[in-house]
Amino acid sequence: MPSENLVEIQELNFTYDVRPVLQGINMNFPRGKVVAIMGLSGCGKTTLLRLIGGQLKPSSGQVQVAGQTIHELDREGLFRMRRRMGMLFQFGALYTDMSVFENVAFQMREHTDLPESLIRDLVLLKLEAVGLRGAHNLMPAELSGGMARRVALARAIALDPMLMLYDEPFAGLDTISLGVIGNLIRHLNDALGATSIVVTHDVQESLKIVDYIYFMSEGRVIAEGTPDELRAADTGFVHQFVHGEIDGPMPFHYPGASYAEDLALDAAHA
Amino acid sequence: MLERAIEGIRGTGHRVVNGVWRLGFASRFFLATLLHSGMSFRRFQLTIKEIYFSGVLSLIIILVSGLFVGMVLGLQGYETLQKYGSESALGTLVALSLVRELGPVLAALLFASRAGSAITAEIGLMKATEQISAMEMMAVDPIARVVAPRFWAGVISMPLLAAMFSATGVFGGYLIGVVLIGVDEGQFWSQMQAAVDFRQDVMNGVIKSCVFGVAITAIALFEGYDAPPTAEGVSHATTRTVVTSALAVLALDFILTAFMFRGL
Repeated sequence: MPSENLVEIQELNFTYDVRPVLQGINMNFPRGKVVAIMGLSGCGKTTLLRLIGGQLKPSSGQVQVAGQTIHELDREGLFRMRRRMGMLFQFGALYTDMSVFENVAFQMREHTDLPESLIRDLVLLKLEAVGLRGAHNLMPAELSGGMARRVALARAIALDPMLMLYDEPFAGLDTISLGVIGNLIRHLNDALGATSIVVTHDVQESLKIVDYIYFMSEGRVIAEGTPDELRAADTGFVHQFVHGEIDGPMPFHYPGASYAEDLALDAAHA
Repeated sequence: MLERAIEGIRGTGHRVVNGVWRLGFASRFFLATLLHSGMSFRRFQLTIKEIYFSGVLSLIIILVSGLFVGMVLGLQGYETLQKYGSESALGTLVALSLVRELGPVLAALLFASRAGSAITAEIGLMKATEQISAMEMMAVDPIARVVAPRFWAGVISMPLLAAMFSATGVFGGYLIGVVLIGVDEGQFWSQMQAAVDFRQDVMNGVIKSCVFGVAITAIALFEGYDAPPTAEGVSHATTRTVVTSALAVLALDFILTAFMFRGL
């Protein structure tokens, strides 16, 4: 019987050179749910996503996807697993020498022997799902940031993945595009019966669409809970992060010598 | 003083280790490119597309340069040969200079500047904009899909471009020698035909240009793939491609010439 969790992370540590990036991470991602990983820039969120996708190997601990330990898979096994995953990169990562249509058709042409007429129908279906069927002839350079993100989303769901990974899907979007992408993440997850992991620092948009949230700081999970539980947190880092307060446990000022010392005020007064 | 000396030794050691590491990585990269070349031939349209970008789009610069080089050879050759009353050998001089040396070498240098730098910039930018990572996440091997077709396109294009360079060069020499100066046309062509040996001269030139094609394309692809994913990283990688390719072409030309024409 398949586990209730599609992705399980146990005692995961990752060190870059000698600098620890992730320390003792334990997380579970239940099937069919949209789970967010939040935290400030540089806290290890994207590294965690790359470990789930098998682009990096952990220093210790393990990531299991559909019961298989990712870092133990050989290249063939990893590629077989990735065919069941979709990933939306921060700025879309569309192939700039291909049209929107060819970008979405890319995986179908690489991994299947479907006839061109069927590929055409499927591509238009995927583009219809993100509202860009009419843009299938455009080149990536002709798209706005939000449209490029939607095309990349259509490309990521081309083979109906069981797991969707989103790396900062809301970065740099206007408010309308932000809402569109947020809704698509939720609706596509439910329509495909997939599981989604959203790495983001956009609190307000994420709280609207996700089922569960992990908060990370300095490579560790410091809080977790449902959106309501985290909204209700009244102290500490989570409160500061959720409400966007400029000072708190995460100080506004980068640590350094005192301001008076830097301006040599003591010497001037002497 | 001692500290500076230690720092100097440490810096040298670091550069040597870094250089050896890069050489090892480049060798593995080249081997992986060869091993993953199957798709470049099974889906030959991928390679054809790259032949268009590397080869066809380099045609203008190759043809124009070839014409001018041939015209200069015509002028210089006539100037020297007439001193010895041998101006009828102008065709031989122009053709041998081009098919043995100038055709393969100059076409390779132009190819490195035009197509090599473009390949490095393209692969480097694909890496910087996460297109390579996206391909890996889609379970598509970027070495097989992106690198190998460009490699074989370069290897196929280079000898064809060198041949066209030589052909237009010979035409340039004809324009200057026969049409402008008035060297006898029959002697120009017949002496050339008699003196240029297909195997010894033409085929050796073709072999040279194939080797240059392998070297330039491998360097360009490696530099692009290894470039730090930043604007500065891609810019430095592009410069390194042109410089390294030019040096490699000239060094390889010396080695190949020494073996081919019994210089050693």
